[in-house]
Amino acid sequence: MAILTVRNVNKRFGGLKALDDVNLEVQPGTVHAIIGPNGAGKSTLLNCFVGRLEPDTGVVDFDGVSLLGMKPHEINQAGVSRVFQTPEIFGDLTLVENVMLPAFARRDGAFRINGWRPVLSETGIRELAMEMLRDVGLADHAQTVASQLSRGDKRRLELAMCLVQEPKLLLLDEPTAGMARADTNNTIDLLKVIAGRGITMVVIEHDMHVVFSLADRVSVLAQGTVIAEDVPERIKGNQKVQDAYLGGAHL
Amino acid sequence: MDAFVLQILNGLDKGGAYALIALGLTLVFGTLGVVNFAHGALFMLGAFCAVTLQKLLSLEKVTEDPTQLTAWGTPMEIRTPYIETWLGDLGTTLIDYSVPVSILLAIPVMLVVGVVMERGLIKHFYKRPHAEQILVTFGLAIVLQEVVKSFFGANPIPQPAPEIVAGSADIGLLLGMDPGTVVYPWWRMVYLLFSAVVIGLVFAFLQFTTFGMVVRAGMADRETVGLLGIDIDRRFTIVFGLAAVVAGMAGVMYTPILSPDYHMGMDFLVLSFVVVVVGGMGSLGGAVAAGFLLGILQSFASMNEVKTILPGIDQIIIYLVAVAILLIRPRGLMGRRGVMES
Amino acid sequence: MIEKHSRRGDLLLLLGFALVVAFAPTIFEPIGGGYPDLLQKFAIYGIFAVGFNILFGLTGYLSFGHAAFLGVGSYTAVWSFKLLTMNVLPALVLATVMGGLFALFIGFIALRRSGIYFSILTLAFAQMSYNLAYSVLTPITNGETGLQLTHGDPRVLDALFGVQHGDGLPSTDLFGMSMSGWSGYYFCGVVLFAMFYVSLRIFRSPFGMMLRAVKSNQNRMNYTGINTRPYTLAAFVISGMYAGLAGGLMAVTDPLAGAERMQWTASGEVVLMTILGGTGTLLGPVLGAGVIKYFENIFSAFNEATLMDVFSFLPETLQHGAVAITGLFVGEGWHLTLGALFMLIVIFLPGGLMEGVNRIKALFRGGLRRGEVRRPATMTG
Repeated sequence: MAILTVRNVNKRFGGLKALDDVNLEVQPGTVHAIIGPNGAGKSTLLNCFVGRLEPDTGVVDFDGVSLLGMKPHEINQAGVSRVFQTPEIFGDLTLVENVMLPAFARRDGAFRINGWRPVLSETGIRELAMEMLRDVGLADHAQTVASQLSRGDKRRLELAMCLVQEPKLLLLDEPTAGMARADTNNTIDLLKVIAGRGITMVVIEHDMHVVFSLADRVSVLAQGTVIAEDVPERIKGNQKVQDAYLGGAHL
Repeated sequence: MDAFVLQILNGLDKGGAYALIALGLTLVFGTLGVVNFAHGALFMLGAFCAVTLQKLLSLEKVTEDPTQLTAWGTPMEIRTPYIETWLGDLGTTLIDYSVPVSILLAIPVMLVVGVVMERGLIKHFYKRPHAEQILVTFGLAIVLQEVVKSFFGANPIPQPAPEIVAGSADIGLLLGMDPGTVVYPWWRMVYLLFSAVVIGLVFAFLQFTTFGMVVRAGMADRETVGLLGIDIDRRFTIVFGLAAVVAGMAGVMYTPILSPDYHMGMDFLVLSFVVVVVGGMGSLGGAVAAGFLLGILQSFASMNEVKTILPGIDQIIIYLVAVAILLIRPRGLMGRRGVMES
Repeated sequence: MIEKHSRRGDLLLLLGFALVVAFAPTIFEPIGGGYPDLLQKFAIYGIFAVGFNILFGLTGYLSFGHAAFLGVGSYTAVWSFKLLTMNVLPALVLATVMGGLFALFIGFIALRRSGIYFSILTLAFAQMSYNLAYSVLTPITNGETGLQLTHGDPRVLDALFGVQHGDGLPSTDLFGMSMSGWSGYYFCGVVLFAMFYVSLRIFRSPFGMMLRAVKSNQNRMNYTGINTRPYTLAAFVISGMYAGLAGGLMAVTDPLAGAERMQWTASGEVVLMTILGGTGTLLGPVLGAGVIKYFENIFSAFNEATLMDVFSFLPETLQHGAVAITGLFVGEGWHLTLGALFMLIVIFLPGGLMEGVNRIKALFRGGLRRGEVRRPATMTG
């Protein structure tokens, strides 16, 4: 059974039809890429998964539960973590605090006043956070303030923050946008490791290199509608997809 | 009916002052992105321009008249303002008209104050967080009002309106009501007219000049205008000076209605901020509309009929409206989405 | 903001704090501050600022209406003295609870917005409270005169336990221990220490970390599964309780409550104390409160004669000039100094005195260990 089901989703902004009857099924344990030229509706679709936008009509089910009408923090508590186009981290906090915080959110829920016991005594959570930092290769900088990191390292930190929550679904919005080639390759390698652990991922991307080195399945979005869905090899040869990209001259 | 008309009129002149202060406040906020807690102090400085001029004009020459004796047998002192000895009747007229004449003094003074303030302080806070802008301008407001206090004392200093408009108009009579039902001081009418003219001038300036066009574009999208290579810095200074002049003139003309004291700026500032928020941050039309609206509302809330039903409502009505607006429609009456919401 | 902290460091901090509170009379003697009235003021405003810092310093929400909670605390305490007993414990408990309840109500509404809108909402609520205290709430607040003790007050608990008060107006006590003079100071000092300790625990806890994260990136908080509103509301209520307690203590030292305590300039004062000391630092607010209350005391006591004395080393013409200029800043003009100080701090030392201390420390260490420069705590609107 699919972990994420999107059925007949429509979204209009004034006269513009941003999403036109979108259908999508993401199987557990796979990496599902959503690609398409600029303005195809990729970000709009993602925002419908995370509680930022409400579709006009349609169904978005996660693990058998509808995500519609839920607030972002409720969706996260249900098991969906998200990585932003520009890494969103806690710039004033140290790296280890950055990762401990989502771990607390996982353990204590959306709100709990845990105001007496010092953070220092939370050794379990700290160990978990350090382990995640080691996984993404940032353990040496655990006590650095996060705002001082490079863009690539911020992305790694953000991934560690998501992974520590053991999400059932990880959403990535152009995870390599604005990165130098070396950073991009590092990030891809890291994402491959994460995929290897069996975490379901939905990746929005227009960098083909990233898509074809990661994805198990690819959905192509153009003008708000899914024009093709297949394994990467066959998507490459798909005539409709080539038309969409070349016709739009956005490749 | 007559009470209704009277309350609207009473609200309008206060509303005019709110609107003028809020106009400058939102102009500065919209273009410079600065939350200026010292804006009320500019209103107060304007009012004290009027006080200063009046004091200067009424400097007196004391002569003794030996032909007349006082009750104590000393020669009678004759006090004549210097200006009358120099200019004769014109001098007398000048003294009588000292409040409106003060505008001529206030314009250059406030322009200088505004430019110095922007160049010397505000400029350095464009990129700092709003909290720091609030704090530094709050400090400046305290400094300005304390300086004024040390020169002019803590007590209100009454400023008479020119004699020709010192009385009241029986508006009710004009509208065919019984005489004496709607009596409205002439000066308040002058103030109303004055605020309307100033607001009109500011809007015309922004609407019809190239400078105004750039300013409006800057309010809509500051970054893009900066990218066009327009020297935004110099224009910011002028905008700030303009806002200071408008606030100052509003202060000058308000003195016959409310005798100025050093903390009048703070009193008006808090209310003007509420006005700006109700009108919508960054919306000039909203600031003006909300200024008049809140002035009138406040005046209705202070009617005895209303106060008996809702005691104390006159004290809090403006704040209540602000709270309601912020909760129901955080953008205010005419604000754009996304301003200051992050 | 980070502070590399350890249990040992915190223990030393607490110990040092306790020592300063205990020996304050001796410590402040040489600078003319070693008397109970002033030290009591340090402690009370210290509590106020420490509480304010839990909201502003950690979450970055700038409230311009905290004086309202202070005023509520004072009124509550005086009513407790009038109706229940002159014992300070019930008064302080009630003042704290009322401050918290009032903050819960205002915070519930004001925290629906952030940034400057939040500041203006809190300002609006405080101004409403102030205006109402002067007008329709006169039966509760006694309007402009202020709420005071009278001979006719029932004091039911005192009557019940047969506590006798003399002929004059009764004074506050703690189970018979008078609250005036040194015992009054030490009582306030102990409360300050306790409240400082609570604030330390909050700073070091996961809850404190959540609050700092709210200031840092609220968007990330939401997508990390955290509902930020109850966190900010909790911080708001806690700081309201601190303010209520401080207001209650004011009534303990002088059983009189007036509406001017709720005015927005009073709210501005606590903001100044916090930023002067160092927003978001533990010790900063106490330091800021102490410095401001100390200088207020010194400066407002100056007059022309003392100034002439100070500048007596100058030739006479210069002496008069110097007196004329400095005279603006002292005595009645103390507020001018306060405003100027406000500006100077925000312009040159946004991290407050604690940042200054850290910079000096770094200067000394600089020769030994170069590298990581600690970023000062900055504020966000």
